[in-house]
Parts: sequence; structure tokens; C-alpha cells
Amino acid sequence: MSAELVAGIAQWLRRLGGTVTGAVAQLGFAARFLAAVLWHTPSAFRRIHLTLREIYFTGVLSLVIILMSGLFVGMVLSLQGYETLKRYGADEQLGILVALALVRELGPVISGLLFASRAGSAITAEIGLMKTTEQLAAMEMMAVDPLARVIAPRFWGGVISMPLLAALFSAAGIFGGYLVGVRLIGIDAGAFWGQMQAGVDFWPDVTNGIIKSVVFGAAVSLISVFEGYNAKPTAEGVASATTRTVVLSSLAILALDFVMTAFMFRGGNAT
Amino acid sequence: MNRAAIDLWVGIFVALGFGAILFLALKVGNLVTLDNSPGYRLEANFDNIGGLKLRAPVKAAGVVVGRVESVRLDTKSYEAVVTLRIDRDYQFTKDTIAAINTSGLLGEVYVGLDAGGDPTMLRDGDQIAKTQSAVVVEKLISQFLFDKAASPRPSASGDPVPAKSAEPAPVGAKK
Repeated sequence: MSAELVAGIAQWLRRLGGTVTGAVAQLGFAARFLAAVLWHTPSAFRRIHLTLREIYFTGVLSLVIILMSGLFVGMVLSLQGYETLKRYGADEQLGILVALALVRELGPVISGLLFASRAGSAITAEIGLMKTTEQLAAMEMMAVDPLARVIAPRFWGGVISMPLLAALFSAAGIFGGYLVGVRLIGIDAGAFWGQMQAGVDFWPDVTNGIIKSVVFGAAVSLISVFEGYNAKPTAEGVASATTRTVVLSSLAILALDFVMTAFMFRGGNAT
Repeated sequence: MNRAAIDLWVGIFVALGFGAILFLALKVGNLVTLDNSPGYRLEANFDNIGGLKLRAPVKAAGVVVGRVESVRLDTKSYEAVVTLRIDRDYQFTKDTIAAINTSGLLGEVYVGLDAGGDPTMLRDGDQIAKTQSAVVVEKLISQFLFDKAASPRPSASGDPVPAKSAEPAPVGAKK
């Protein structure tokens, strides 16, 4: 009985250990992959139109969803914030609420999540399919390094697009908040913008939001190209790699966001 | 899609993105005002700074002229020493009074400067001599209540008086 118990515990521990070492090994692969991508970046940038093309696919084609989501998030934030602030007679602080929430958190995080599901999954599927149909192998046969030709442009396309998308999301959200707060509810426009400008500072607030979006862009892009490049060359492999990209990217965004917020805004406003 | 069209669209996208960042910087944040402008420092000692925060605005006649740079406690006098960074364009007289005010009931706490008539101006590192501490609402209410209790009450209906006098305290809550 007790021997069985010990064996059961040992097996459970073995499985736990296997999971952890597998995760660490995967992290190591990803880090080496990142180093390889960075190493091949100069040769990828020599053909800059490849990267521009990726910015077009990940950035420009995501514009509509990002702007629309930003607008609606800002509008909802404004409505809900007004309902709460009104109770304290502080409804003119609505500008600060909407702007700080969007610039610090919601802008980078939601646009990161949308970016992961809109662009990240496409990148993974594309690279995975290239691998499945042996296009990557064919490139190697022709002495074209797929890391420089396929992977690095997609990585940099995401890293460049993401901060711009996040800024556009925040701007669209603030405009949505303005529409609802000032045009619909009827808060004084001067108070809305004035309080916002008094409460939001470029250096800690806006720049931290931009830093966050750059980090999210790098994380999502790396996960996307890594999963695509390491996908099993089968239909199921590509499918599960695409799923993993979305799941891992979303988790990475939320976890990184917590860590960065803890560092950036820890007691930053205390006396 | 040919390369020229892609270039055009990427150009539009990047311009839009930088436009959004510019919008966030100028219209939402207040990059242009005072933040990095070199100014001069003034110190002021307060008995109580209430809810004054770092980077709170310093206002004269309602105009933002600077920011609170640091707050610390002087362990000899047990007073709060507030360092103000004032924009270089604004000069204040030697007899300026610094007061800790609140804009509205729930508004931000700021340092108000009231210039006097002294011909000499404050310079970098000077100390503001006359200060007025933050108003602590609890103290105000208790003072008010004690005053009411101490004052001779109308003899007939004594009890309701303190209750009534306590009522007007949260008057600011209603808009």
C-alpha cells in the first residue's frame, strides 16, 4: 500500500519534473531562436520590402479591427465610468479615467490580444504551412536562409506594427470616450480635455504604455514565428501550433503586463 | 498587390501611428508644459501637507507655474519640507504665501502661491517663509461640533441642535 503510494507520488513528481524541464528547454530554444533571428536581421533588412510587406499584412490590415475596438472600448469605458463617477459628483474626472485606463493598460493589452489573434495566428499558420509544404527546405536547398528571408521580416513587422497599433487603439478609445462623454452625456469639453491633460503625463504614463506595447509586440511576434517554425509538418501540427500561438501569446501578454505594471507604477505616485 | 501600393499603405499606417503617439503626447498628456523645462527650486515648510503628492501642480492665481518635486519630513522641527520646481518664466516676491489647497471637494491637491508686494524676488533655493497648511476636514468638523456644543444652546429643544449642526458637514457631496 505505502509502496504503491510512494510510487504514485514519484510518478507524479516525475511528470511534474518532465513538464518543467520541457518548458525550460522550450524557453531555451525560443531564446536561441530569438538570437538567431536578431543575427539574421541585417541581411533581412537589406531587402527592406520584405519587412514592409509584413508591416502591411500585420499592421495595415489590422487597422480596422484595432480602430473599431478602440472606439467601442473607449465608449463603454466612458459610459461606465460616468455612471460611477457621477455618484461622487466627480463626473468631470471622466477624461482622466478614460485616458489613463487606455494609455496605461487597455491600449497595449487589448491591442496586443487582438494582434495575437489577428496577425500572430496568421504568421504561425503561414510559416507552418510553408514548412509542411517544404518551402523552407526548398529555400535552404537554394542557399536562401529562411531565417533571413521568412522569419526575420515577420518578426520585425510585428515588432514595428504593434506599438503603432496600440497608440492608434488608445487614440481611438479616447476619441470614443470623448464622443460619449462630451457629445452624448454632455460633460463640458474643456473640463474633459483639461482634466485629462492635468492627470496624464507623457513621461511616466504614455511612454510606459509605448514600452509595454513594444514588449508585447516582440513577445507575440517571437511566439508566432517560433511556433510556426517548430510546427509539426502536418495539418494537425499547423493547427495546434496556431492554437498554441494564440493561447501562449495571450498568457504572455497578461503575465508580462502584470510584471511590467508592478515595476513601472509601484508607488510611483506616493509621496 | 504591387510594391508601390504596399509602400504607400505602410507609409500611411506609420504616419497614422506616429500621429496617434503625437496626439497622446500633446493632447492627452502634457508634454509641452513645464515638464522638462528647467526651472528653479523653492522650499516651503508646512505643518501638514494633507494629501499633497509628488508632481502635484503649483498654481498662482489658478495658473500652473510649477510642480512639486519632492516631499520629506524635517526630523528636527517635524515639519514637511516641500520642494517646488517653478518655471523660469515666473518670478515671485519674497513675501509670497504658499498654501496647500484642494480644487473642489474631490479635486486634486495643489500648492497655491499668493504673491505679495515685496520688491525683492525669490531666487533658486530660497525658502518661502509664510505657509498655510492643508485643511484637515476631520479637524474642521470636530472643531465645528465642539464650538456648537460649547455655545449656549436654545433652552427649549436642546438635543436636536448638535445633530442638526453635524448635518451640513457633507454639504459638498451634493453637486
